[in-house]
Amino acid sequence: MKLRKTVLAVALVAAGASVLVTGNAFAQAKEQFIPVLSYRTGPYAPNGVPWANGYVDYIKLTNARGGINSVKFSFEECETGYDTARSVECYERLKSKGASFVQPLSTGATFAITEKAPADKIPVVTVGYGRSESADGSVFKWNFPIAGTYWVAADAIMQAIAKKEGGFDKLKGKKISLVYHDSPFGKEPIPLLQERAAMHGFTLTLLPVTAPGVEQKATWLQVRQNRPDYVVLWGWGVMNSTAIKEAQATGYAREKMYGVWWAGAEPDVKDVAEGAKGYNAVTMQHGYEPNSKVVKDIQAMVHAKGQGTGPKEELGQVLYMRGAMSAMLGIEGVRAAQERFGKGKVMTGEQIRWGLENLNLTQPKLDALGFAGVMRPVSTSCTDHMGANWARIHTWDGKGWKFTSDWLQADEQILKPLVKTVAAKYAAEKKLAPRTPADCQS
Amino acid sequence: MFYRENGQFKTSYRADQQIFPITQDRIAILALLVVAFVVVPSLASDYMFRAIFIPFLIFSLAAVGVNILVGYCGQISLGSGAFMAVGAYAAYNFFVRIEGMPLVVALILGGVSSMLFGIVFGLPSLRVKGLYLAVATLAAQFFADWMFLRIQWFTNYSPSGSVSVSNLQVFGFSLESPFAKYMFCLVLLAVIALLAKNLVRGAVGREWMAIRDMDVAAAVIGIRPMFAKLSAFAVSSFIVGVAGALWAFIYLGAWEPAAFSVDQSFKLLFMVIIGGMGSIMGSFFGAAFIVVLPIFLNQFLPALASVLGIEISTAGVSHAELMIFGGLIVWFLIVEPHGLAKLWSIAKQKLRLWPFPH
Repeated sequence: MKLRKTVLAVALVAAGASVLVTGNAFAQAKEQFIPVLSYRTGPYAPNGVPWANGYVDYIKLTNARGGINSVKFSFEECETGYDTARSVECYERLKSKGASFVQPLSTGATFAITEKAPADKIPVVTVGYGRSESADGSVFKWNFPIAGTYWVAADAIMQAIAKKEGGFDKLKGKKISLVYHDSPFGKEPIPLLQERAAMHGFTLTLLPVTAPGVEQKATWLQVRQNRPDYVVLWGWGVMNSTAIKEAQATGYAREKMYGVWWAGAEPDVKDVAEGAKGYNAVTMQHGYEPNSKVVKDIQAMVHAKGQGTGPKEELGQVLYMRGAMSAMLGIEGVRAAQERFGKGKVMTGEQIRWGLENLNLTQPKLDALGFAGVMRPVSTSCTDHMGANWARIHTWDGKGWKFTSDWLQADEQILKPLVKTVAAKYAAEKKLAPRTPADCQS
Repeated sequence: MFYRENGQFKTSYRADQQIFPITQDRIAILALLVVAFVVVPSLASDYMFRAIFIPFLIFSLAAVGVNILVGYCGQISLGSGAFMAVGAYAAYNFFVRIEGMPLVVALILGGVSSMLFGIVFGLPSLRVKGLYLAVATLAAQFFADWMFLRIQWFTNYSPSGSVSVSNLQVFGFSLESPFAKYMFCLVLLAVIALLAKNLVRGAVGREWMAIRDMDVAAAVIGIRPMFAKLSAFAVSSFIVGVAGALWAFIYLGAWEPAAFSVDQSFKLLFMVIIGGMGSIMGSFFGAAFIVVLPIFLNQFLPALASVLGIEISTAGVSHAELMIFGGLIVWFLIVEPHGLAKLWSIAKQKLRLWPFPH
């Protein structure tokens, strides 16, 4: 009798479990899965957390808006701690769940995943970071550095400096120092800055800072001796606030410092607050945007329902916006794919790759999404995986970031040949044949 | 009851000198090899291959190398990350610069370069000992970091300083699938681990252990400290170099010097200490502990929490992971300071008596 009861109970539990499992499987079939690689711990967490909050909140907002043609998004976060090996593990883990696209959020991980993505057929979206030459879609079929690369950022900084001086011809004989994080991330702008230096006759001094960048006394001693006219800061995490503090200690004018967008958010300057007054940074289109419609929507449709990620006060901060915009660009790739391959269906990585390659975000579309005033239209193509090369400069006034420049467009005359040569070198090293026009059609 | 060598008589020196003199051990090792070569490939998913087994195999190999130096010869080294880096970058340069260079040859040449580097940075071991040597070998680490960041020739003038390899092939077989990568690493590990095991059982290994236990006494009975120490550095850094090349080529595919930072050196040393110094088996335990346990915790904790009905954030999971991992290290070191390998041999001792208590 007892045995029979046990058997019955086991059978019931098993049946229940199988219902649950099949139910899950069914739910998954209708959902588009997004892997989220983030770093909420470790030395770079202050920058990683707002990005991840924005990213996840925007996915939640998309679901609250009813998904894309009623296809909802599911996601899973995986903590990488900004460690390349851990990022690869996360990528492998989440890939098996049917990843739509992946945003590695680290230059090291981007390099590693770039080698794996073509075989796995997963597009790699790197909004504003990653490898700059991957803008060449004819070589990097699966990489999408949408809406800007580090080269665009560096060129925008040079233009801002030239404008301040009254034209590029005034740069002759000037001294510009690049203080950079000694890693592939920090070295990215060097080819472009060297190109500009050769064109306009200014001297470029390279001052590497060993990661994580808490020790910069030697670097700033060189700045003090060398007295450069401008300092370009390619910093990251704790390195930024240290650099600004050192600049303050050395008496170097913050007005003459220009940071990359990883060095231009609230966590980078808020410790120094007044000391960082006048410090400039390039932004890849958006800045601090708490009044944009998308943030208002997130407030109303996600945070008001208690589903928000992270503190409410940080909504709209620079890196939060970065996360939201990154998620939006990936999700719009899914929408573009659906428009071609069937609305209301779950897209495969290959289909989304097509969508990202044929992205055409016009101003009305951006307005509808709530990005009016936040960013400019983006339109990608088979050869151009970047789609927009606009940037702005914003300046820290002691309390907040304020825009201090008009829209700056990176000079395609310089960018294009550079992208082409570096991409061609990569293709030659890898023995890749450039994509044929027929491949572009598909 | 089952694990007992009673009745197994050795009738020749040859039989007495086998690696595994006990029949049951031989059966167990054969079974393990069958599991590794047949059962695992037929059951494991892509994820298991790529994220668990391949890193485990590569780090086991590196830990075997470090164990030879630290565990067998007693020379504490914090330069293992540098030896890995030299192996990886040397193999990369041989592979990219010489047209048609076969992968296996490139890996071995990487190991040889690392060996030379290891011998040079092993020279201080002739004068300094113990913790002072650890500090001296740290120099190798910083030197390698500097070299691969600053000397652009090593990274083939890539603008960002990051290098990559692809289209790997061995004897015409493509190494693109996770299965092929796994098998390649497994074969290399099996061959090198067997060689290492035989080396430490032989005359050279005995010299190393004599130096470890008391170098003055060893010198008195006619062991040349210079040869013993430098040969340990050579063998160890060769194996670590090959492991570094595998880590770069097979696991990462594209890498930067930060992949072989001082963290990697510490990790390898911890593997050896936790796994068991002076034990090839211990290297495997240590690698499993350091490589697999954090990933396991990272996935197990959310599952456990959801069973209990609690939701923990991603950051919470990774904090908990670090805390539990740290706690376990302390716990294992208190319970068994000689490492997991010692626990293993205690288990074997108990098994001999089982089921009788005495």
